[in-house]
Amino acid sequence: MGNTTYYHSVMLEKEKCKGCTTCLKHCPTEAIRVYGGSAHIIKERCIDCGACIQRCPYHAKVAVTDPLTRLSDYKIRVALPAPTLYGQFKGLTDIGRLLDALIAIGFDDVYEVARGAEYVSQEIAQRVKNRKVHNGMPLISSACPAIVRLIQVRFPELLDNVVDVISPMEAAALAARKRVCRNMSAAPEDVGIFFLTPCPAKMTEVRAPQSIHKSNVDGVISIMDVYGQLNAQIKTARHFDNLQHAGSHGVAWAQTGGEMLAVGVENALAVDGIENVIQVLESIENGDLSDLEYFEGLACVGGCLGGPLTFENTYVAKNRLRRLSEKLPRLEAPDGEERELTSEELRTQLLFQPNPAMKLDDNLYVALQKMERIEQIYANLPGLDCGSCGSPSCRALAEDVVLGFAVELDCIFKLKQKIQQMSKQMVDISETTRK
Amino acid sequence: MPLIAEVFPVEKDDFVTAGEASAKIKRTLKKLGVDSALLRRISVCSYEVELNLVIHSLGGTIDFQVTQDSVMLLVKDRGPGIANLELAMREGWSTAPESVRMMGFGAGMGLPNMKRNADEFDIKSEAGVGTEILMKFRLK
Repeated sequence: MGNTTYYHSVMLEKEKCKGCTTCLKHCPTEAIRVYGGSAHIIKERCIDCGACIQRCPYHAKVAVTDPLTRLSDYKIRVALPAPTLYGQFKGLTDIGRLLDALIAIGFDDVYEVARGAEYVSQEIAQRVKNRKVHNGMPLISSACPAIVRLIQVRFPELLDNVVDVISPMEAAALAARKRVCRNMSAAPEDVGIFFLTPCPAKMTEVRAPQSIHKSNVDGVISIMDVYGQLNAQIKTARHFDNLQHAGSHGVAWAQTGGEMLAVGVENALAVDGIENVIQVLESIENGDLSDLEYFEGLACVGGCLGGPLTFENTYVAKNRLRRLSEKLPRLEAPDGEERELTSEELRTQLLFQPNPAMKLDDNLYVALQKMERIEQIYANLPGLDCGSCGSPSCRALAEDVVLGFAVELDCIFKLKQKIQQMSKQMVDISETTRK
Repeated sequence: MPLIAEVFPVEKDDFVTAGEASAKIKRTLKKLGVDSALLRRISVCSYEVELNLVIHSLGGTIDFQVTQDSVMLLVKDRGPGIANLELAMREGWSTAPESVRMMGFGAGMGLPNMKRNADEFDIKSEAGVGTEILMKFRLK
């Protein structure tokens, strides 16, 4: 474990927060509390899924990503567009034009993450095919960093089944650096690799990698931050014909089921929306999906197309992506001379570690005592899960009380009861002392 | 003395709430920080046994207890009881009706699976009376 510093992309802009309980109720790891008039994120528990960003009516939850000005830190700048970017532009009929526009806004080269996805798909297909011991659970995709972190916090017993292949973003970054260093005879440190992200969890994946020692991505830029400039450039950018390489299967990764399709496992299941993913992970844990071979879980509804940092409506973008994909060939990752990445390079370097942030205590006996106390407190709470106390549910309040972060009178119903008792006592006192 | 004890009633054919008792049990054990591999074994057993109550029994209870060194699931139903226990413990043998099999249950793996996953497993049954299953898991 040892890792006690937590990097997070999802942050609160306190001055915008009204202290309402909207985010509180939708956090899948119960990582938010409201007190002193504003929300607070428990950093040990936050998985950077961005559910709170999508729900906050005041836009007080934000994702910290790198500004475009970071490009000037490097001599050669490479853009890694997530395939999600392709679905953002009205009237875009040719992906090549969008890649040209990336050059126009200041990048020197482009490497499609969809291309990285083709390498990753091939590796995963091998893992599924060569799997010797089936432990009654499917292999689980490692592509969505929010889901990987969810598993670390809430389903640590499933970590062994998370597939040991790096993400398409990392694969693309590795291949891009190699290509640029070779073709432009540049020193690796002069090359800046920038991922254009639909999601804050990708920023966290880069800053605090879990499965590799160091990310190959140098900066992460929100799709929202480049949307305007790209939209302006798409129509006029000079045409380069060597930027587009990915086929339809790589591009499909942007949406739910795309990975499953590209990997080509027949007995696979793709689920989106973090609440739905949680339900299915529960079933996997119960041994109830023992015949399933592969599970693709994506935190956002619609997959990456539904990411919090995208511009376009998820379904509109999905339709656009479908139409763009229809024109693309179905490509496999190249073999022989043209192959840019080895299987060894595509393998993760570290094991995913459990995050015990939901545990009551390291000592089982102490945990048991705390649990007993939680049950006693919970039994006396109203059970409305209203969130007015600042904890997401009555049970969470009971836990917070036992862990020392809250008091029972934070519950407004308990407080009301107490005030009634006290006022009755006051009346009684004044009655008995009246002369 | 168990530090945590809860009795969950489980009713016949109640597919709406089926799985809720085992979900609660799992949640509690996760909070306690029970080791991953053990948690998985207990999850499989509690879910199997809960669905067995819904599918095969006339209703019953799951008594869940945690002490300092063990987790116990004591499951009792109100019938109908198992006529041939030896047969019921065989993999692939099932009395589940077609309607239930259509829902993906009743493959006849339930009891053997529980026995395999529990540290201690004991089953008593009398046809026309009911079944009692005791499963124990050692905490490290």
